[in-house]
This record gives sequence, structure tokens and C-alpha cells, in this order.
Amino acid sequence: MQRFARLYEALDATTSTNQKVAAMQAYFAEAPPADAAWAVFFLTGSRLKRLIAPRLLAAWGMEATGTPDWMFGEAWSAAGDLAEIVSLLVDAQRVGPPVAGSGLSLSELIETRLLPLREADEGRKRDAVVALWRSMPLREIFLLNKLLTGELRVGVSRTLAVRALAQHAGLDPGVVAHRLMGAWQPTAEGFSQLVARDVHDADLSRPYPFFLASPLEEPPASLGDRAAWQAEWKWDGIRAQLVRRGGGAWLWSRGEELITDRFPDLREVSESLPDGTVLDGEVLAHAGGAPLPFSVLQRRIGRQKLTPAILAEAPAAFVSYDLLELDGRDLRGAPLAERGARLAQLVAGRSGRLLLSEEVAAATWEDLAARRTEARERGVEGLMLKRRDSPYRSGRPRGDWWKWKIDPYSIDAVLVYAQPGNGRRANVLTDMTFAVWDGGELLPVAKAYSGLTDEELDRLDRWIRQHTLARFGPVRQVEPQHVFELHFEGIAESPRHKSGIAVRFPRIARWRTDKKPSDADTLQSLRALLRSPQAVRG
Amino acid sequence: MQGLLSDAREGLRCAAGGFHLDPREPVPLAVVTHAHADHAVPGSERYLCAGPSVPLLRHRLGPDAPIEGLPYGEQRALGETRISFHPAGHVLGSAQVRIEGGGEVWVATGDYKREPDPTCAAFEPVRCDVLITEATYALPIFRWDDPREVLREVHRWWQGNARRASVLFCYALGKAQRILAGLAELTDRPVYVHGALEPITRIYREAGVRMLPTLPVAETAKGRSFAGELVLAPITARGSPWMRRFGDHESAFASGGMRIRGQRRRRSFDRGFALSDHADWPGILRTIEESGARRVLATHGYREALVHWLRDRGMDAAPAGLAQPTDPEGD
Repeated sequence: MQRFARLYEALDATTSTNQKVAAMQAYFAEAPPADAAWAVFFLTGSRLKRLIAPRLLAAWGMEATGTPDWMFGEAWSAAGDLAEIVSLLVDAQRVGPPVAGSGLSLSELIETRLLPLREADEGRKRDAVVALWRSMPLREIFLLNKLLTGELRVGVSRTLAVRALAQHAGLDPGVVAHRLMGAWQPTAEGFSQLVARDVHDADLSRPYPFFLASPLEEPPASLGDRAAWQAEWKWDGIRAQLVRRGGGAWLWSRGEELITDRFPDLREVSESLPDGTVLDGEVLAHAGGAPLPFSVLQRRIGRQKLTPAILAEAPAAFVSYDLLELDGRDLRGAPLAERGARLAQLVAGRSGRLLLSEEVAAATWEDLAARRTEARERGVEGLMLKRRDSPYRSGRPRGDWWKWKIDPYSIDAVLVYAQPGNGRRANVLTDMTFAVWDGGELLPVAKAYSGLTDEELDRLDRWIRQHTLARFGPVRQVEPQHVFELHFEGIAESPRHKSGIAVRFPRIARWRTDKKPSDADTLQSLRALLRSPQAVRG
Repeated sequence: MQGLLSDAREGLRCAAGGFHLDPREPVPLAVVTHAHADHAVPGSERYLCAGPSVPLLRHRLGPDAPIEGLPYGEQRALGETRISFHPAGHVLGSAQVRIEGGGEVWVATGDYKREPDPTCAAFEPVRCDVLITEATYALPIFRWDDPREVLREVHRWWQGNARRASVLFCYALGKAQRILAGLAELTDRPVYVHGALEPITRIYREAGVRMLPTLPVAETAKGRSFAGELVLAPITARGSPWMRRFGDHESAFASGGMRIRGQRRRRSFDRGFALSDHADWPGILRTIEESGARRVLATHGYREALVHWLRDRGMDAAPAGLAQPTDPEGD
């Protein structure tokens, strides 16, 4: 725990990526594999399911330290982070010599103290948490609190953590990234497998790291020769890889969630494919030869039980656009043109629910821009531009894959504050503030008032009331848990806003229940929009 | 606020004694708690301070300033009052001011701390009827670790940076010398210092404070590498051309505010050391209790929170002085 606390502090302190990688490498070299495994878990952006609600953490912290409500509020204005305030208050109460450390390793803490509390009642949880507080120095209490509320975030990107791990193990980062996909478990054995020089990668189900597109910020003509680029519609569904190996089939979402069971109607698609095949594509609700709106698919995702009626209302299809593995051979190094040709051959006539993302024909960039205006009518988000000679990369390297959305001013942001609206909505929490990531922090960037249905508003209102962290007059600070897609009309520099930018007419486009807060955009990606050409309205 | 001291535009005024306490503007007689710039403003006709503060105050106010020092504990009649200085433990020569008059005793703490500091006399509790305490860090989240442990961390940080310069920003008067004295327990390597620190450090040495040897950065040969060296500089030097000579370096800031993660991150120092010359929350509460005061006035920082806390406990408390922003940057 002490060692991990030191790593956390080192990563928190520096902005230099080299130093971050060096700190992680040093940690991997000296930590026992069981601890290193959990460190990898957190460094790569995974989180423990929260054990207690933040409001309980606040309540127990106040109770254990005899801090009244109002004083907690004062502390909030000074430090602004619940886990930290509680840790500072507990630490400040200590009399006598400082505690050296809990003596618990990271894996011991999680496996023998925290996970067993999952089923405990509130009283037992509280006693266990307070006892842990008393045994720990400040930095460990802080991390414990973050673990308890499921909010431990470390200030590194997944890519950077993978790089450090690869350097530590003397492996190619791609190998490590691949091993981390899917059902990787944070155990000593799991860590040893990650860094093993030669593993027979037994996990058949494992997908490849996804290649993610970057938003196009310059006019498309800046990409050069039109003929060098393949244009496709940007499908508005769930990005997924379909893995068919060893007689089994697995469907993985981009968030590395196994969603095979959510789509029993795609079983015929998987079964129609030969062994040793991996497809990249999009799961859509699809009927009558056309995609249905994302909201239809979303309704289906929200359901606990998939009844025949729901399957009939939103039948799924897999629109394939890349072939990553064929006959058990990794094709990612081959150029897109070659992968595409083989993909077309492979999927032809297999299944009515397996489609091919066709090229959008247009001779010039101007023609393509004209076709882009069909996007709304077709129910797609815009165009994808992919360089024909590009390999299938991992992560979001810029240059080969671009998304050219019809509404360039669209971001995913996390709900952080809410307050009641006016008039008809005076008693409903409808005025919401949204934030994007800046380093490890959520920075508010937009307020939006409309865009949700009354039913959604009611549901959200109930959730907000149960998950309020703090109140400032009518404003409630809520747990950063829900992601919303926001659209807006313009963006400009603004020294008056803490974020340094102001957006015009923001509105809620949809509630992204399929995304986690960690999937939300960053201030950096928002700032990139400042340089984008004027929106072409579809 | 009524009694021996009252709020005035130019600062706290003692009408019965005919003097001001740490006035912000020139007055006929300024009683000064310590030599930091926000407490010692030039232009007054006469200054009275604790004996060990005289050389620092002279450095601040100029060679001709009419400054008189009074040994700690010695009483001096001023108007209808008698005043004395008592160690505050903030910086060299820092003092609480005890004022006796009209059958009452008031004590103004000035800036103070309760932690051990080898560069100045330790804080001395003084009984009084009315206590004016600073409240710079008056929130229960502020509790300082043992400063000797913090200085061991500073030392480890410096030792760990063999290939780069370690630039530690700190207040030029007090904090820098406290660091130099604390590190002298752990090493005898010399430390490079910014020009602003030199004359003050010299005054501390002349007062008999044992510190690490210092070398002026300005006098080092051009192009010399500072790899592995510790450099102390005031925060104003950060981002200035003066910093260029250190090339790629590790930066840190020593201040009480560094206890807060958000402050460390916002300022983007590589390290933050929570080393403060102001009292922490337990220190403030202990001081109030030991004073036996029946009325407490709070100045600076989180004074409203302190007043609220004391009133909840049935004490007579009120904020004093002009509202000042909570920005203990100098600490």
C-alpha cells in the first residue's frame, strides 16, 4: 500500500510522460506480482465497483472526527475533493506519533479487507472503514477512500501504462495491450502472464485493441489525394469486435465488455463464420434494410430481460468494416485495402444479419461533402475517412482514421451538478452542469437545460436526489457517473470560465448509458474543436 | 471591536497607547510583530519591535529607519498602557504583543506557529483577557506533520535528484533559513541561493543560527551544471529568465497550502512540502485555550470558520481586521 501510495504520488506530481513511465517501471520492478496486478488494473483505467456511496463516506468522516456539517462545507471549499477532505480530517485528529503505514499490501487491502465487505451491512462496513482509517497514514487513507467510492483514477493514460509495462517486460506494447484485453484478471498469475516473455496466449476469446478514429479538424482536402482514402458512413451503434475461435464466439464492446449474451440474435452471424476470424464493426438495431435510431438499440440495452417482443422491436445486425484475423492469422499489419477485399469476400451471403459497411462513392472531396449531407436522413453520424494503405493500429494514433461528423460540435461529458428548473420544471432537477476530464479532474464546461424526455428527466431526477454529494443552495453536486452526449452551436475562448472555453447553445443530445465516465471527452479534445472549421450543418 | 485595540483604516489602533499594530500605512508609532513585508510597512515616524527583529526590520526599512528593539518580556510604558513582546515562533524576532491597560490584558499573536523551529525562539503562551489570533489555516484539515520529518523528506528528494537541479521555492525570510537550518542536521553540503535570500540569511547567521553553507547562484561560473544541487529561490523567481540556467530541473514548493492536493496540482510543482510558519488548527485551538482569554478575535485566512467554531462552543468570538483574502502564498 505504501509502495502504491508512493507511485500514485509520483504520477500525480509530474506532467512529464517520461517520468510517469519511469515511475511505473520502477514500481513494476519492485512490487510483488499480486500488488503489481492490481496496480495494472487501476493504471489501465479499470475501477472497483464502489463499496459505499460518497454520502456515506462523508457522513462517517464527519462522525468519526466530530466535524459539523458547516465545517465540512468550509473544508470542501478549501480542498474540493471528498476522499481527500475525509483523509485530511482523519489524519488531523491523530494524536501521538505518526502512523508509519497500515502494513497492508495493495492486494491484501483489496482482497482481504475491501472485497469481503461487499456483502456486509452498513454498520459492519462503517466499523471496518473507521478501523482502517485509524491504522493508516494520510496518503493511504486518501487512496482507501477513493477505492471505497470506486473513484480511484490515476493520472496516466492506458497507453502510457501499457508502454511502461511493455518496457518493464521487454515486450512490444501491442503484445501487452492484447494480453490486457478481455477477461484479464488482476491476480499474481495474471500479472505474470502479462509480462511473460513467451506465453501461449490461451485465452481464445480475446479481442484486439480497438483502433479509434480522431475527429477531423481540418477541411478534408487537407488529407490530400481523395483516391488514397476510403469513405464509409459513420454508423451510430455500438462499436464491437466479433471473435470466432475454437468453435466459440464472443462479442466485445469497445469498453472491453463482453456483450455476447446481450445479442442472442447475432448468434447466427457468429456461427456462420469460419474458426479463426475476428471482425471489427458496429452493432446496430436494423430492420427493413435500414438502421434504426440509436435510441431504439439503447432501450434494448437498458432491459434486464430480453423478451421476444423486445428482440422483435429492435433486431440487431452486425455491420462489419474490418477484418483483423482470418484463418487464425493476425491481419492487422496488412493494408486496409487488402483487409477490406478479404472482408467483402468473407461476409458475402453468410447471414442476413451480417452486413458490410459499403464504401461511399464520391469522386472528389466536394462530391463527398455533398454526400455527407445525406447523413441525417440515413441515420448515421457522418463519414469515416480511412487511409487505404493503413494497417489496423491500436489506440487513437492520429493520421489514418478520421471521423467527419455532421455535427462537429458534439462531446461526451459527465453530469456533475444539477439544480431545479423554472416554471413547469420548478421542482425537477433539470438544469445540469457537465464536465470533461482535465488530467485526473472533471472540469465543468457546459450547462444544458433541454434535450431529455420527461420520462428520462424523472428517472434522472430520482437518481440525482439519491446520489447528491453536496449542496450549495439549490445546486446539488452529484456523483460523476452519468455520461451525456452534448451538442452545441459554437465554441470560443473565454477567460471568464475556469475551463478557458465557452460553448454556445449546448443541449443534451442523448443519455449515453453505454458509456462510463472515463469514456467522456477531455478538455484537450474540446480545445481541439476551437481550431475546427465552421460546422457544416447536415 | 472595542477596547484596547480597534480597527482603523491604517490598521489595528491602540488609542490609549498612542500606537498602531503592524499598520498598513505610515503612522507616528508602529509596533511591529515581525519583519514580513505585509506587517512592516515603511514611512512611520518610529518603530518598536522585539530585539532580535531589529536587523531584519532594518533590512526591510532601510539603514536610517528609527527602529527600537525591546528584549522579549521587558515592559515599556506607552501612553496609558504597558506593552511587552513575547516569542511567537514564526520567524527570527517574531513576537506576540501583550498590551495592558484599563484593567485588561490583550494579546495580539501576530503570525505564529507552535512547531519547533531552530531559527527562532519558541512560541510562549501568554495569559490574557482578549486574544487576537491569526487564522490563516484555521480549518481542521490543516495539521502539520513534524517539521523534522518534512525536512527529512526534503533531504530525500534532493538526494534522489542526482542528475537534475532541485529547485525549492520558499519564502525568502524565515522559511528559507528554517530549511537551511533543518537540513544542517542531515548533511553538510552547501546549498545555492537566489540573491533575495542572501542578505537575510547573513542576518540569521549573525544572530547565531546554525545553517548549511550557502553559495550565491549569481556568482557561479556561466554554464556550470547544477545537477544534484539544491537551489532555494523565492516563488517570484519561478518562470523568470533567472531559472534558465538550471535547464531541466525538479521543482518543489514549501508552504502550508501544499497539504492540499488540489493546490499542489494547480501549481504543477513536482513536489509540495507542507512546511508552514503559521499555526495549524490544533495549534490555534491550543493557543486559545492556553491564553485563558474570555474573548477571541480572529484575523486573516479562515477567520469566519474559527469564529463560528468558537461560538458553537459558547465562546465570545468575532472576526477582526479588514477581510483579507485567504492567500497564504508567502507562507
